Order: sequence, then structure tokens, then C-alpha cells
Amino acid sequence: MILIASFIAGSVFGLGLTISEMINPVRVIGFLDVAGQWDPTLAFVMAGALAVSLPGFRLVLRRPRPVMAQEFHLPTKSKIDSRLLTGAAIFGVGWGLGGFCPGPALAGLAAGDPAIYLFVMAMVAGQWTATRTLGE
Amino acid sequence: MAEPNIIGGFGGGALIGLAAVLLLAANGRIAGISGILNGVMTSPSNAERLWRLVFIVGLIAGASLYRLLSGALPIQLLSGPLMLAAAGVLVGFGTKLGSGCTSGHGVCGLARLSPRSVLATIVFMGFGIATVYIVRHLS
Repeated sequence: MILIASFIAGSVFGLGLTISEMINPVRVIGFLDVAGQWDPTLAFVMAGALAVSLPGFRLVLRRPRPVMAQEFHLPTKSKIDSRLLTGAAIFGVGWGLGGFCPGPALAGLAAGDPAIYLFVMAMVAGQWTATRTLGE
Repeated sequence: MAEPNIIGGFGGGALIGLAAVLLLAANGRIAGISGILNGVMTSPSNAERLWRLVFIVGLIAGASLYRLLSGALPIQLLSGPLMLAAAGVLVGFGTKLGSGCTSGHGVCGLARLSPRSVLATIVFMGFGIATVYIVRHLS
């Protein structure tokens, strides 16, 4: 059941990424290009996402446990440290250079474009390197 | 530049938010894609790896459905292969180091009012904006 739910959640996410065009580097870089012809589309994507997730999370987290699992697995880190900030900065640079973040890149594999395979492979390599470097 | 896609953007965004709520309500998990992807590789148990893999398969299936119904995915690459490879490494490294990406911090973290996520989101947005500025307007 958890697997069915995971698949459904993933599919809805994938549909959301494509309908919103968050999967499109033109929209992403257009949004980040504040000095050029600014494209506000991504702002509306974030607004739409938060319009649902803000109240949705509050409602869901009132329950003692999820519907199909034993407990909620929420992030436990609370410190704002250099890893968080450095990581976010590095991610931001990569996002600005390619116009892809992890979700859109994975969903973009559906396009069958070798360039996107390349990005995803590089992303996996980057994650793996970070994991090793952090000694985890 | 194409006309801003306000309705599709907001509607698609709402679906993203809905997906995150669904995953939280059913599995109790955060829909942070970088974490889910990383977990496919590093999680200790088969069960942990499997739900993540299935989620990613769903991600691709959802996009495939869109492609089937509309004919094509709205993807227009702006970078060549070398740049994409470099960008990919940075995105992978940065999201692991920073414990999240646009979905993990930007959608889920903000929804939880997490101070870490608020700061991370401001930082990656800022660096994204700075990067595009340098590439497009300074070089």
C-alpha cells in the first residue's frame, strides 16, 4: 500500500512539474533573470505549491501517525550551520547554470533526451561525492 | 520570452503541493526529491530504497502521461552538455550538503515553517539569481 501511495504521489508530483513548467529551464532561468525579461511563472508555481502544502501539512501533522506507516519521518536537524548554507549556495549556482533541480531533472528523463540523462548522471555523481566527503 | 504561464504555473504548483501532502499523509515522508534520490542509493534497507524508487518511477510516469496527452514535454535546454554536466554535479553535491532542494526546502520546509528551510531557500534563490545575472549580463 505504501508503494501504491508512493507511486501516486510521485505521479501527481510529475504531472505538477510538467503542467507548471517547472521542468523547463527557460521558465526557471527566466525567473532567476531578475535583471532581464523577468518571468514570474515560477513565483506562481511556488505560490500554488504553498497554498496547498501549508494548510495541508498542518492538517496532516495533527494526526498521531500517517495512514499507512507507523510514524512521521520528519527532518531532525535544527541547527543552521555552514553545511546548510554552503550546500544551498552550491545548489543555487548549479540551478542557475542548468535550469534544473532534482525533481524536474528526473521527471525530464521522460523526454528521452540524452542531455538530461547526462545531467542526472552528473547529479548522482555529485550527490555520491558529497556523501563520501561528509563521511556518511 | 514566452508569455508567463500563470494558470498552469499555479495549478501545477498546487499539484506539487498536493503530492507532498499525499506522501506525508500516507507514508509520513517529506517529498524532498534530492533526499528521495539520495536515499535510493544510501538507505540501509530494501524497503527504504524501494518506496523511493517507486516514487521516482511515479515522477517519470506522471511526466510521461503529460507527454502522451500533450505530445511533448515543455523542456527547452539553455545549456550545452558541458555546462549541464557541471550544473548537475553542483546540484547533486549542493543538495546533499545542504540537505534539500526546491521541493524539500522550498515546498515542504516552508510548509513546516522550518527556519533552516527558510534560510536555505533564500540562499539558493539568491545564488541562482546571482549566477544567472553573471552568465547573462556580465559575460
